[in-house]
Amino acid sequence: MNMNRRNFLKIGGSLLAWGLVGSSSASAGAHSFTGYPDRYGMLSDLTRCIGCRRCEAACNKANNLPPPKTSFEDTSVFNEKRRPYVSDVQSYTAVNRYEANGKTVYRKVQCMHCEEPACVSACLVGALKKSPEGPVTWNEKVCIGCRYCMTACPFYVPAFEYTSAFEPRIQKCFMCYQRITKGVVPACAEACPVEAITFGKRSSLLKLAWTRIWGEPDKYIDHVYGEREAGGTGWMYISGVPFSQLDFPMDIGVTSFPEYTKDFLAMVNLTLVSWPAVFGGIYLMNHKDKTAHEKIKEEQK
Amino acid sequence: MTEIIETENLRKTETVDYWINELLFDKLSIKEYVKSLINPFNVVAGIIVLTGLYFIFLRFTEGLSAVTDSSNLQPWGLFLGVGLFSGVPFSASGFVMGTAVYIFGLKKYKPVVTNAILLGFLGYLFAVIFLMIDLGRPWRIYYPMFLSFGPASVMFLVAWHVALYLSVQAMEFSTSAFEWLGLKPLRKMVIGMTLGLTVAGIMLSTLHQSALGAMFLLAPGKVHPLWWSSYMPWLFLVSSLAAGLVYVILVSKLTQLFMKNRADSNYLSSLDEITLGIGKACSLILFTYVGLRLTSITYENAWGYLNTPYGHWFLIEFIMFAVAPILLFYGVQIKSVGTVQFGALLAMIAILFNRLNTTYITFNWQIPHRELFYWKEVIVVIAVLTIEILVYRWIVNRMPVLRQHPDFIGDEH
Repeated sequence: MNMNRRNFLKIGGSLLAWGLVGSSSASAGAHSFTGYPDRYGMLSDLTRCIGCRRCEAACNKANNLPPPKTSFEDTSVFNEKRRPYVSDVQSYTAVNRYEANGKTVYRKVQCMHCEEPACVSACLVGALKKSPEGPVTWNEKVCIGCRYCMTACPFYVPAFEYTSAFEPRIQKCFMCYQRITKGVVPACAEACPVEAITFGKRSSLLKLAWTRIWGEPDKYIDHVYGEREAGGTGWMYISGVPFSQLDFPMDIGVTSFPEYTKDFLAMVNLTLVSWPAVFGGIYLMNHKDKTAHEKIKEEQK
Repeated sequence: MTEIIETENLRKTETVDYWINELLFDKLSIKEYVKSLINPFNVVAGIIVLTGLYFIFLRFTEGLSAVTDSSNLQPWGLFLGVGLFSGVPFSASGFVMGTAVYIFGLKKYKPVVTNAILLGFLGYLFAVIFLMIDLGRPWRIYYPMFLSFGPASVMFLVAWHVALYLSVQAMEFSTSAFEWLGLKPLRKMVIGMTLGLTVAGIMLSTLHQSALGAMFLLAPGKVHPLWWSSYMPWLFLVSSLAAGLVYVILVSKLTQLFMKNRADSNYLSSLDEITLGIGKACSLILFTYVGLRLTSITYENAWGYLNTPYGHWFLIEFIMFAVAPILLFYGVQIKSVGTVQFGALLAMIAILFNRLNTTYITFNWQIPHRELFYWKEVIVVIAVLTIEILVYRWIVNRMPVLRQHPDFIGDEH
């Protein structure tokens, strides 16, 4: 093996450069994040929802989604628990009916717009972003369709157009980002006839949620779902029955999901810097042509 | 003057003939070559490949739903479960053997190192091919390298490292291709880079093998607790070392059976010793893995799931993982190559089982009524793997993989 020092340095240097390109960018971004100030959120009050499905219809219209299979006034859809997948419900949101504690409760499902979303940290092209305004948005121009966001999302929200060969999109609620940036309230909140959905700054919504709970402690349970779940979500819920009876995921904890991979990504730099030293060193120790003993012998000749 | 031109023309046609007949058609005329291709194995392989290609065509005209059972709940299916998450650990063969021979200087394993690198290279190449079939917009596969970056994603790291490592392995293997083509200066240049390429291989492999496990750290509630663990990156890394080694043992056995005429006596006569040596190392690695796995389950406090259907499924996997190193160890002790090969096969099944379980079978275990796969998906997977075998055979039939090229014998690097 021909390897003089110049070659060795050249190769080692270029390896290091490679490594740094890969690694410095790989670990950036996985820092703890306290959230954009003044970000918007939504509050669903499940004690108010009457299951009229007008939010679904408004969502369909605002986002130009395909026409529904049955009318948005059809209540037979409540016979099954639906997920907010456009191909199934022709909307980015779905309302489900539950019988809990002798009460009929309706729950609206859609993207939770996490404070530190799993999907955003999963996206290898940065197509998914937590916008400063609050919604988690998706950029069609760079998405490669790997579907890691769907694997990562603890709420099973992002959907994919499996029937499209050329332009499969990731579909989910974007909190009507196009309306928010124009100062218009999201379509579902605007359409709700009973003010079960409130749009506003997340910080004020949190105060509103607790004000309602404190105001009527017998009506509400003592929990704002989304205040801390998965590190906090932009969409929050208050309810009169325990969330566990309404199919809310209760095992996701309060750790923000990017935290789960942060430690691993932090190892990258260490490995890239140590391996060349360790293995290059072993190589050099191994491939010394002659032992010192042999050399002395040769010199004596 | 005309004479010179004539001889030059003659030389040109000679070169073309040489390239076509000697290199491409394996020293046969076109007719003879085509004739030699018609045999039962090739006919069956051909039918599988054509059916698979038709389904792949469907996938690219009608979308993924035409051939897979992937859904919004179960976004990844067999393509990634087999092609990427199972294919990549076995492809560790190249970096493990390369490190043994070129860094640690274990000359004993030299006869199998080229084959191990070729297997690694093809494994990565086909992992990328599986990925291309599964990606929604595969024509954008280079986006994470050049256009749009998601550096907080473990998959970003995997994409970069797999792409770089594929190039590294292509260069590592290119020495054999250059020997075959008779391109001596190029060969010499690449050989001069062996150390750099091998160290790059270690850096990239250790990171992305573990990263494949780390990808699932992001889905803590979705992978079953007997498989999900914060140790997953290390479990994936350690088992990939074993996977690379057992892959070398098993493919060596297969070459002994089916590719004997392409191997030299040096290769064939050293295989038994090499198998025993690798078996020893592999046994230690798998004992470590079993220990790490036990620790991880205790750490995650998941033993309570043992007496559930998924727990029984786990026991099948775990027993294979526990028995394989014992068999390997015992085989080495009594110097029985057959026992070591059997232990290697068991380890291979266990690792395959583990990868499919983690990334696919136990994924979404809390969701009832899951459709695991569609039969067309299985055909595509078998077809792509068949193409991989055919490409491997094509290369081994031509290039010096299981033998040394007569022009370069004694030219150690």
